[in-house]
Amino acid sequence: MFSNSYIFKYAGIMVILVAAILSAAALLLQPAQQRNVKVEKIQDILKSANIESTTANAEKVYDEHIVREIVINQEGEEIGVYEDGQFTKGDIRAFEIDLRGQLKIKQQAIQGKTNLKPVFPLFVAVVGTDTLYIIPLEGTGLWGPVWGNMALKSDLKTIEGVTFDHKGETPGLGAEISLPVFEDQFPGKQILSDEGEFTSILVVKGGVANSNIDPAHGVDAISGGTITSDGVSNMIQNNLSNYITYIKNRRK
Amino acid sequence: MENLINIFIKSIFIDNMVFAYFLGMCSYLAVSKTVKTSNGLGLAVIFVLGVTVPVNYLINNYLLRKGALSWMGGEFAAVDLSFLSFIMFIAVIAAMVQLVEMIIEKFSPTLYASLGIFLPLIAVNCAILGGSLFMQERDYGTIAEATSFGLGSGVGWWIAIVSIAAIREKIRYSNVPAPLRGLGITFIITGLMAIAFMSFIGIKL
Amino acid sequence: MKVDKVREPLFSARNRKLLTAPLNKDNPITIQVLGICSALAVTAKLEPAFVMAVSVVAVVAASNLIVSLLRNTIPPRIRIIVELVIIASLVILVDQILKAYVYDVSKQLSVFVGLIITNCIVMGRLEAFAMQNKPWPSLLDGIGNGVGYGIILIVVAFFRELFGSGTLYGVTIIPASFYEAGYANNGFMILPPMALIIVGIIIWVQRAKNPDLVDKS
Repeated sequence: MFSNSYIFKYAGIMVILVAAILSAAALLLQPAQQRNVKVEKIQDILKSANIESTTANAEKVYDEHIVREIVINQEGEEIGVYEDGQFTKGDIRAFEIDLRGQLKIKQQAIQGKTNLKPVFPLFVAVVGTDTLYIIPLEGTGLWGPVWGNMALKSDLKTIEGVTFDHKGETPGLGAEISLPVFEDQFPGKQILSDEGEFTSILVVKGGVANSNIDPAHGVDAISGGTITSDGVSNMIQNNLSNYITYIKNRRK
Repeated sequence: MENLINIFIKSIFIDNMVFAYFLGMCSYLAVSKTVKTSNGLGLAVIFVLGVTVPVNYLINNYLLRKGALSWMGGEFAAVDLSFLSFIMFIAVIAAMVQLVEMIIEKFSPTLYASLGIFLPLIAVNCAILGGSLFMQERDYGTIAEATSFGLGSGVGWWIAIVSIAAIREKIRYSNVPAPLRGLGITFIITGLMAIAFMSFIGIKL
Repeated sequence: MKVDKVREPLFSARNRKLLTAPLNKDNPITIQVLGICSALAVTAKLEPAFVMAVSVVAVVAASNLIVSLLRNTIPPRIRIIVELVIIASLVILVDQILKAYVYDVSKQLSVFVGLIITNCIVMGRLEAFAMQNKPWPSLLDGIGNGVGYGIILIVVAFFRELFGSGTLYGVTIIPASFYEAGYANNGFMILPPMALIIVGIIIWVQRAKNPDLVDKS
């Protein structure tokens, strides 16, 4: 009943039709999708500095508060500065940097597999009269990626606020890192010692109170979420270490 | 190497396709009446996952994802075809299953006799497509990692179906309440097994 | 000789049955054992379960309708692949729309939207019904089966969210005084195994009510 040529024609027409419909849909919906991704990133950054925003006004609030986007290299030099909608130095916007990719380059550079030099983003926000420095974080938890943002006060030492998020940590256990219970421990903690040396913030299993770690540099881990907690601890250490030279230079 | 073994073990026990993600449940429930057939289907799944995940890995990294086409020249670097990934993956799976079936039939009639009837079933087994989609989402770094993940997921699925089949063979001698017989009790046992598998969470090599 | 063909009314008894049977006595999950795969993992909360249910209804209904319209033109030899292409295209559309308009939920559903493709309900209904029947009954059959599937998802999600998180659709239900009196959320409900056990219990209740559904073997 159906000849071979009919089958081929049928398949051919179907493929063309399907391809046309899908491409049209993808093109049509792409702007909305890209905006969603962008707004999410913006809201994460703003939230760490305790700036309120909604999905509708996120971009406007971002432009109001984030006065400068800085890109630094491993030597702590500013290689890109973007303010008031234009570049004043270099041509890389901190907002467009894929941090996870940069951390991969850093890893490969240590192993001598690449000659590329990683660069790291830093956001400067003004809230009222305060200047805040926001450092994005990327790491790995138990199941997959964890990420977040950390806002430092103008002394580049004291934490103003943090946000964490995750792709698929265990609900009720590791997933608690994105809840206020965990995040609210961070404000006021110090990432540098009194002598100005890097200490990072440790996520301590069993609680800071029961350990010999200075409470200024540690927070309590999530019970039952040890690997996720360790992941957060490593993420903070690994990401902040890239900014230490820069921070020390600025504090001089 | 350590990393590969880690991924392998993790995808067998922690990220078990059946117990953690309920993938491949249809055939898991339908074919798990005897250990012998379960074993056959399980082996076929290991095989197909071990082949399709790396193939789809190549397709994803050299055709579909953003920037994947840059090997064709700079002007293609911005092309993002990832919206086509579902249709590409399922087409690859259907084609691979067909190919595997033909190869096995030609070179090993005995293997074909034991696996053959299951192969068409596998094309629509969610565990297979799930394997490729998880591979894409978790963004494995090398093809070796992707292969290790594919094989591990297959072995996890095989362990799951063979053990439930063994339990179902024995449970025939138990006095299960009538409305629970068959499907109901199988669901509940699977749930209990999943709880047992959760105790693997956190192991790291 | 001319026979007057009586047009079947749109909602004849037969058509109504297509719509309602899958809700209970012919439920795709608990009776036909189809499509458990892609769905149970999204039932920890009501919102993703609801979006998943709507997506599946849309895909089953649309693919049933399209295949039924094309049923006389599809060459049998490439039948399966044609069906897969139609399903996969519809799922891609659904995925793109979710990503554009309900981004938060689409992140929670992650790979499980894609897995609607291999949801046996969709393929099963195409093969068992749409290939032999006219468009209108096929559409109803698709909607009926999609909804029957969705109901189970929503029931499972209802119990898991209520007892696991103390909320429903993100709104806190369990009053604070309960927690003060020593009530605690059962974290276990959110974990995957409980979804299986709840489905097992639903099957138990349903079969206890309809003894003719009990497994003879």
